[in-house]
Amino acid sequence: MEKIAVKIDDLTVAYNYKPVLWDIDLQIPEGVLMAIVGPNGAGKSTLIKSILGILKPIAGSVSIFGKPYKKQRKHVAYVPQKGSVDWDFPTTALDVVMMGTYGKLGWIKRPGVKQKKKALEALEKVGMLSFKGRQISQLSGGQQQRVFLARALVQDASIYFMDEPFQGVDATTEVAIINILKELRKAGKTVVVVHHDLQTVPEYFDWVTFLNVKKIATGPVKVIYHDDNLTKTYGINYKVSIQK
Amino acid sequence: MTNAQFEIHLIASLVAIACAIPGTFLVLRKMAMISDAISHSILPGLVVGFFITQDLNSPWLILFAAITGVLTVVLVEKIQQTKLVKEDTAIGLVFPVLFSIGVILIAQYANDIHLDVDAVLLGELAFTPFDRVYYSEVDLGPKSLWVIGSILLLTLVLLFAFFKELKLSTFDAGLATSLGFSPLVIHYGLMSVASVTTVGAFDAVGAILVVALMIAPAASAYLLTTNLKKMLVLSSFFGVFSAIAGYWMAHALDASIAGSMTTMLGLVFLIVYLFAPAKGLFAVIYREKQQRSEVSLITFLLHLQNHSEPEERHVKHLNEHINWAKVRSKTVLNLALKNNMITIDHELVSLTPKGEEFTAKAIEYILTNEEGLIEDMKKDFFLFRG
Repeated sequence: MEKIAVKIDDLTVAYNYKPVLWDIDLQIPEGVLMAIVGPNGAGKSTLIKSILGILKPIAGSVSIFGKPYKKQRKHVAYVPQKGSVDWDFPTTALDVVMMGTYGKLGWIKRPGVKQKKKALEALEKVGMLSFKGRQISQLSGGQQQRVFLARALVQDASIYFMDEPFQGVDATTEVAIINILKELRKAGKTVVVVHHDLQTVPEYFDWVTFLNVKKIATGPVKVIYHDDNLTKTYGINYKVSIQK
Repeated sequence: MTNAQFEIHLIASLVAIACAIPGTFLVLRKMAMISDAISHSILPGLVVGFFITQDLNSPWLILFAAITGVLTVVLVEKIQQTKLVKEDTAIGLVFPVLFSIGVILIAQYANDIHLDVDAVLLGELAFTPFDRVYYSEVDLGPKSLWVIGSILLLTLVLLFAFFKELKLSTFDAGLATSLGFSPLVIHYGLMSVASVTTVGAFDAVGAILVVALMIAPAASAYLLTTNLKKMLVLSSFFGVFSAIAGYWMAHALDASIAGSMTTMLGLVFLIVYLFAPAKGLFAVIYREKQQRSEVSLITFLLHLQNHSEPEERHVKHLNEHINWAKVRSKTVLNLALKNNMITIDHELVSLTPKGEEFTAKAIEYILTNEEGLIEDMKKDFFLFRG
């Protein structure tokens, strides 16, 4: 059996004693490009935030390659929802990407020439090199998302978590992002994406998890992505044409 | 300038810089009002500290007051976490209560000492040169200078050491957590620095000016730069400038020093708000007007491109076809002429080759959903902007 990148056991997370995730057991194999799908309020972002230690679960445990997250930080990169930060913050695209290098630097140490070079390479990869000096509020939604992706790329991680990277981006950016994610998978990385567009799941991803407060199903898209699971997750009759 | 005046300038400038640094981060974290809360609620801390040490010059006083400052922040957060009231309400609940307790304590037990409400609110900058530090008969300078100098030094050391962490946790606390930096530690570190600075500045400039020195320079700098380091430098500069200019204004008017400094801070913000090159009020109005006439111009050129029929291109009837008022049509026509986009022959308007080229490109961008690029094109084609 393939290596397990992320193993979640009996995870329950609550906001003000109201559970938003109930008893989740989930294993994410190494090297998959996985979508997490589910209706609004299903706990998709919460699941990612709990894996990353941003939220404290009331029960259960998470391990990354067999060890707790705290020991594996350097192997994990995170792209939060675009709306989670203040884009009017006085900083440039390049500076935001440099932030991705802070984790490996640790406390107090400053980023130097090496970090800057990495950040520039990442900006080039997402096609944003010419915008490196641009203040971040002067970027379009799609460009901001690319900057976030570049910031994750410089983390040089083994596992990437992305919270709705396609939200509010134009078609060109969506294609650019998914191509980079596919490249990451080819390089053996594990990529986990909170995703909303059910139509594109079979085209973009090879692995999927259905989530609605509880885990409904998880596995290869070819096997488990069907109307049955969609109906169980969204509670209404779903008909999607799955292109195999 | 007398020696005392020089010392006042120095103290005021150091206070201004020491306030501008935490103030910049408070403004960026949308926590400006917290500084108001801290500056008021440290009063009971000062009084209690005085009861325990029986010495107004004790450094323990600063510590006690700073702890009350951090306690204020904690109380505000706890009340807010109940979700029963919002943050601003929580702030409005906490600090008046703490401040009043301080006022009552002073009135009841400390009437005969140098701790009165006037001094608390407005400070006594003019008297700071008289309260001096001596080391075996040698005059080492005003006490305030030593206090605020040490606080500024501490603030600068922390700023240089943790600049990266401060920036990251202010911009994206989620990423900071996932990378292993504790935004909570940074948060309370910043609150502690803000509290200590407030206490240190208190003596010299009072509670109201402390708030003004923390918020107004940072808010002005925010409108002028898109770089955090420059924002820190600019807000320090605005703080120092207002402090010194305010001092001379007070001198000239024979008015309150703290009041004049705060007024200067307000004036500086007003000027920046009106005239800032990119975000200022006039810049925005000008840009909107320019935008409006340029969009009209492009619409007009596209109309010419789309219609070869003479009646659609007649100067006199243009406004009817595009449904514009006469004045607007005339402005746009003139702008197009000035930019060599059109020619008028026998009252019929036609595009020049340059106009043709421009509209062809514009149409292409519109069709491919890249309207943003039209903005860049304007630089190449327009001799005169709208």
